[in-house]
Amino acid sequence: MNFLRSPRAIPYLLLLPAILVILAVILLPLLVSLWSSLTPYVLTRPASLYQFVGFRNYERLWGNSDFWWAFLRTLVFVTVALNLEMVLGLGLAMLVNQITWGQRTIRTIMMFPMMFSPILVGFLFKYLLNDSIGFVNNALYSLGLITDPVPWLVDGTLANLSIIAAEVWMSTSVFAILLLAGLMAIPAEPLEAARVDGCNAWQVFRHVTLPFLMPFIYIAMTIRSLDVARAYDMIRIMTNGGPAGRTEMLWTLIARVGYQNSQMGSANAMGYVSILLSIIFTFYFYRKLASARAFMGGAQ
Amino acid sequence: MTSVVTELAVPRRRSNRKLRRRWLVWAGVIFAMIVLCLPGLWVVLTAFRPNVEVLARPTIWLPQNPTLENFLKIFGLLPQVQEGLPVGQYFLNSLVISVTSTVVAVLIGMAGGYAFARFRFPGKSTLFIAFMLSRSVPGVALSLPLFILWSRVGLIDTPLGLIIVYLAINIPFTIWLTDGFFRQIPVELSEAAMIDGCSRWQAFWRVEFPLAKSGLASAAIFAFLTSWNEYALASQLTRTTASKTMPVGLMDFTAQFTVDWTGMSAMAVLIIIPALILTFIVQKHLIAGLTFGGVKG
Repeated sequence: MNFLRSPRAIPYLLLLPAILVILAVILLPLLVSLWSSLTPYVLTRPASLYQFVGFRNYERLWGNSDFWWAFLRTLVFVTVALNLEMVLGLGLAMLVNQITWGQRTIRTIMMFPMMFSPILVGFLFKYLLNDSIGFVNNALYSLGLITDPVPWLVDGTLANLSIIAAEVWMSTSVFAILLLAGLMAIPAEPLEAARVDGCNAWQVFRHVTLPFLMPFIYIAMTIRSLDVARAYDMIRIMTNGGPAGRTEMLWTLIARVGYQNSQMGSANAMGYVSILLSIIFTFYFYRKLASARAFMGGAQ
Repeated sequence: MTSVVTELAVPRRRSNRKLRRRWLVWAGVIFAMIVLCLPGLWVVLTAFRPNVEVLARPTIWLPQNPTLENFLKIFGLLPQVQEGLPVGQYFLNSLVISVTSTVVAVLIGMAGGYAFARFRFPGKSTLFIAFMLSRSVPGVALSLPLFILWSRVGLIDTPLGLIIVYLAINIPFTIWLTDGFFRQIPVELSEAAMIDGCSRWQAFWRVEFPLAKSGLASAAIFAFLTSWNEYALASQLTRTTASKTMPVGLMDFTAQFTVDWTGMSAMAVLIIIPALILTFIVQKHLIAGLTFGGVKG
């Protein structure tokens, strides 16, 4: 009781509501999820929630090719999309950094895709890429580049590329805006010093600009890794894992197994794998960010 | 003589190169802006077209007969359409859920951010990382256990159930942002106020809160947009008009084989308008908050 009145308790008391909410809405469900992944829980048979079967669900995942394909596809999707976003975002930021007149307006326009929720982005691209009435096919047809409609979302490979394109469209701005802020924060002296010392444009970029940008790149990566799973919304409306499971990611597979097939136990096992994946991913970038930040702090 | 010529020629060639470079930069920027804007613009145009124009061949690029009927249709205001979708109700649900969870999340998150910015205490960095990691749990994966829990305690398909969930999603990010904003305010200001006889509580509300106000506003808008746009959790935790939100309602327009493109576009415009306005208001603080909250540790 004495502790609660002492000044040492103040930060904990301030954080208490936040901790309680996280415990109730994140941690407790995670425990429920862990438990139910160890049971054969099916929504239609509530009693099966109390039937412990050990790691049977996980063992079954091991031999489940659908799961492994979805897992692999998710990894490839995240890697390709994030790297593309990073490179394109950096390119865009450096372009915009070169112009002096109208930069503020351009930056505002750049935020445009960030306002769209992932479900809207999914709808946008589903509509644009529709094979009979979509903007893209109509434009290509009018330009005489195609004679038959391209099945953007019906062909497996094209559908995967379309999803990556939608994701890149949605999130490149996040990188561009954060990296532009980074570019503008770079002091002029080191850049000038490097030029005076005879560095060419590439060397200046590689040895001065890029090291300065690293913390900003990690911030962008951390922020993106927090909500990379929001791509589920987009895929849900664009293809919902189709055609014939060719665009199935972990997230769509979880929803399908859990809600459509009511196999909650098995879905929670998959869910756990995806949760661990996200947490590892975020933790990695957060550590990188912390060390880059310490480095920046040391330099200043 | 020759030396004079070269001396004149070199700067001119350089300025030519500079000019060409500037044109290339502008061409690149304009191309990028078109790619970023065109998809959204196309949907806005569709929202104001009659359905026949969408299906027309050859393609009609600009609306010939702009109309508001799509908006009237989704609100059920067209006389010839018997049952409109309950979009008005969805809009209201979205508004109530987003505003409530935002206000509470900002209050709780502000207390947390202040604690991280102003105090040293055991377990601080662990706790901070734990908050960040809690935000990274994928929505779909979280929805499974929440679905099980919420249906046991009767929170399924209620606005309250969704408000509580959005609190947990918004609090970590609000903490991250407000922590950054409070760090930027010199400690000396509130210390001076406390020497002048304010309590810590008074010093906070009279000195630090007014200074952090714009930052807090952007944290609030960020939280609002997250709730306003959320789909993965809402799609599983809501069932009927009692609690369905706009993003979930958008899926009402897709049947198995047919999609109501004009209706969906009109609804998309309704979803995007609040987001558009709010993002324009906070864009400056948003960038500052994200970068400096993160970089200057």
